[in-house]
Amino acid sequence: MQILVEVMPKEGILDPQGQAVGHALHQLGYREVQSVKVGKRIVLEVEGDDAAEALKRGREMAEKLLHNENVEEFHVLLGEESAS
Amino acid sequence: MKWGVLVFPGTNREQDAVDVLTRVFQQDVQKIWHDTTDLSGLDAVMLPGGFSYGDYLRCGAIARFSPVMEAVVDFAKTGRTVFGVCNGFQILTECGLLPGTLLRNKSLRFINAMQPLHVERTDTRFTSKAPEGRVVTVPIAHNEGNYFLPADDLKRLEDRAGVLFRYCTPKGYVNEAGNPNGSVNNIAGVINAAGNVLGMMPHPENACDPVIGRTDGAFIFESIIEELVFS
Repeated sequence: MQILVEVMPKEGILDPQGQAVGHALHQLGYREVQSVKVGKRIVLEVEGDDAAEALKRGREMAEKLLHNENVEEFHVLLGEESAS
Repeated sequence: MKWGVLVFPGTNREQDAVDVLTRVFQQDVQKIWHDTTDLSGLDAVMLPGGFSYGDYLRCGAIARFSPVMEAVVDFAKTGRTVFGVCNGFQILTECGLLPGTLLRNKSLRFINAMQPLHVERTDTRFTSKAPEGRVVTVPIAHNEGNYFLPADDLKRLEDRAGVLFRYCTPKGYVNEAGNPNGSVNNIAGVINAAGNVLGMMPHPENACDPVIGRTDGAFIFESIIEELVFS
């Protein structure tokens, strides 16, 4: 089963990477871009077939290691390959 | 005085720490590999700079779960000295011994420069021998040195006078012009409430030997050593 953990900078946290990407997009002419945030997606292949349990453990992993609550928020979802 | 200098995979400034402690301050020093759990017999532990575990995930996030870090947390509880510089500071924040998070520099650039610091307090074991005037210049070398704390936690830190060093201008003004990396309130180094754990982004260990040209960082080691000798 595949679990996805998406980690994003919290609202209000300076995201210099997002800002730099936003500037570059403006230079390319994409004037409609209002703001850009850059985060990361962590893809976990896990054993078992209990989706609820896998998501619960995914959230535990995010709490303990994969995100830093001071500056980041996360959400955990089933991977595309597990959705069927 | 017995020091342990921690070494994680990817640490690269440990020899600077060992060299300055042994050659300049004549201390008894041993390197401590990250899978060690026995810190008995040590008076102080230093976490040097570098890129532990390649800075993967977040700086210090993986080192924090090394076996030795559990021992360091217990070591800190006994009141003995724990001192982290640069990546060592990042690890201390990740493991919860110190508050805050080190974000990417506001400029998105790695900064390698000589940086003036204002010493905020002289009543700690790390700063009792701070020079009059309280402005010292030491090197900084980091990509993620932008100290951040949520507003409530920042107020708690400032209320307990937990900030030991702030970035400043050469004349000692703590302002935007003196802030190299975007750190909130110009924070360069903080101590825990008990006063025995210090973390800072600058590298005082690289400004201790007269041969190098500056000795502004020496007072921190002299303070720690004196405190131990006379306690």
